[in-house]
Amino acid sequence: MLKLEARAEPSRAMAWASPVIALALTALLAAALFAALGKDPLRGLEVFLVEPLNGRRALSEVLLKATPLILIALGLALCYRANVWNIGAEGQFLLGCVGGGAVALWLTQQGIVLPRLAGSTLVLVGGMLGGMLWAAVVALLRDRFNANEILVSLMLVYVAQQLVNWLVFGPWKDPQGFNMPQSRMFDASVLLPPLLERTRLHVGVLVALAAVVAMTLFMFRTYRGFALQVGGLAPMAARYAGFSARGAIWTGLLVSGAMAGLAGAMEVAGPVRQVTPYLSMGYGFTAIIVCFVGRLHPVGVVLAGILLSMLLIGGELAQSRLGLPSALSSVLQGLLLLVLLACDTLINYRIRRVSRQAPRSAA
Amino acid sequence: MNETALLVNTALASGTTLALAALGLLINERAGVLNLGAEGMMLVAAVAGFAVALGTGSDLLAFGSAALAGAALACVFGVLVIWLNTNQYATGLAISLFGYGFSAFVGVGLVGKSLSERVPFQVPWLADLPFVGPALFRHHPMVYVSMLLAVALAWWLYRSRSGLLLRAVGENPEPAHALGYPVRWIRLAAVAFGGALCGLAGAYVSLVTAPLWVEGLTAGRGWIALALTVFATWRPMRALLGAYLFGGITVLQLNLQAQGVQIASHFLTMLPYLATIVVLALISRNAAFIRINMPASLGKPFHPGT
Repeated sequence: MLKLEARAEPSRAMAWASPVIALALTALLAAALFAALGKDPLRGLEVFLVEPLNGRRALSEVLLKATPLILIALGLALCYRANVWNIGAEGQFLLGCVGGGAVALWLTQQGIVLPRLAGSTLVLVGGMLGGMLWAAVVALLRDRFNANEILVSLMLVYVAQQLVNWLVFGPWKDPQGFNMPQSRMFDASVLLPPLLERTRLHVGVLVALAAVVAMTLFMFRTYRGFALQVGGLAPMAARYAGFSARGAIWTGLLVSGAMAGLAGAMEVAGPVRQVTPYLSMGYGFTAIIVCFVGRLHPVGVVLAGILLSMLLIGGELAQSRLGLPSALSSVLQGLLLLVLLACDTLINYRIRRVSRQAPRSAA
Repeated sequence: MNETALLVNTALASGTTLALAALGLLINERAGVLNLGAEGMMLVAAVAGFAVALGTGSDLLAFGSAALAGAALACVFGVLVIWLNTNQYATGLAISLFGYGFSAFVGVGLVGKSLSERVPFQVPWLADLPFVGPALFRHHPMVYVSMLLAVALAWWLYRSRSGLLLRAVGENPEPAHALGYPVRWIRLAAVAFGGALCGLAGAYVSLVTAPLWVEGLTAGRGWIALALTVFATWRPMRALLGAYLFGGITVLQLNLQAQGVQIASHFLTMLPYLATIVVLALISRNAAFIRINMPASLGKPFHPGT
């Protein structure tokens, strides 16, 4: 019989090995799924793990989709380390699209042509403010009203989507858009400068990398970052040390809201160039998985962000190449997280074989 | 049909989904386990129920298989959380994400299909009464099942030995374990029951409320049901009333849309979600009140000593 035995100390090696094991197990399950659907399992895995990396264009798309995932997950990592459960990043992302979109549309409509750097920076700031506003609602209700942040942040996702819908069906609808629910295209002066020719990749990916460095420094090299994490790991110790629990709620939520908002603004000022009802591919939810697979660590988040981006693209490829529904990507994402959580048990426990029979004698 | 009677009728009908899910979640929270996977379980069950109803034409089979589907997914959650001691928040979230994806994946072929016309259900004799007939006695049987269930669960939790045991396991599992009760199995049973009821709730949406299947059909009702358990301070009868209150808000919203009120429909669609937030904030404002009513070991893992 197998038995779980608590380790004296959490295993650091296992903490990093667990995502690798989980990925391997998920790949096995995926192969079984492909076989069950009557597809060649190897071809199926190829679509998810090899084809997204095949060639310059494909790679640029992986980085393009990894950018919002990494940005959002960085903020969430801080939040979760502080034991603040913001799961509504999707809503904050959408408000980032709205905030960034508002700035971009205003500049476009007023015919103000700024230098590209200034224009796109303004849009990104607008997005961050939008995301922060949405997260601030959660923080306020949690702080003042003790309302569960999980439920509030999630409810606000639905509200945010309706807000976007209202804007594009109503006040922001493009008058020359044949009555389509979308805003007019932004002026080129507010768009993010492209990074590589003949790809959609933009400077946002550099901003994301800078954010990784900044978040690493904040988490591990500042007093405030340290205080936040103590609050998450040992609330009583944090209280005794005089670290503010309210401060942790506000900092965690505002930072993650700003990051998600930034990602949203990059989406509208980057590849999409207008506000539409279909801005997110569920980035806010996928980023939660990125966060856990990346061990709530900025560097891990980068690797996990690239992996999950491949999974998103693989889902689209599975539809076009294998004729499978694109929802396959979400199935595999959910599966990956479930398997990962199971594997994480091995960080704190080891598996022991114990004999069923009780020892006969004390000798 | 009288206007008010119609309003009551539709509020009860649309509140039933929330009632079923909230009752299930309440039981599994009373055992000390918080399952954020409600939305995922409802979606998987909704698609399972719809597929079975489409294939067999039997509501009973459809609801049965939906309950099984919900319970099966809940058991995955339960084993992870109860035996492997995984984080309850993260695991529930994973179930929700997986359920969303999985239901969308298997349901692709069901989008756009419709169920065969069914005879509207009426309670014989009572349905012909003026006012109360149309308001209360012309519902799908599941509406009455949920009402009876609320009464039965309220009685069971507070008046039976096994109900007491369930509450003990949720309040403080150590003494129950020391007395020789299988704490983990009791928790798993509660989680499976919660999953089964979320399954019924999901099938109620895809078979009665909608009745159709689209991706993400339940539109956050699982999360609203989770908020309802807090609103109900974990009491079955309050959960039932809360569900009808929210059902009423949904109906009001639809009525206003139908009457062409000069508010963009998008804002009206936000109403149930905003109402959930407001209600949650109001009820949680008194932290001590929540702490007294909340099962004391809710969300905390239990490791039996060796």
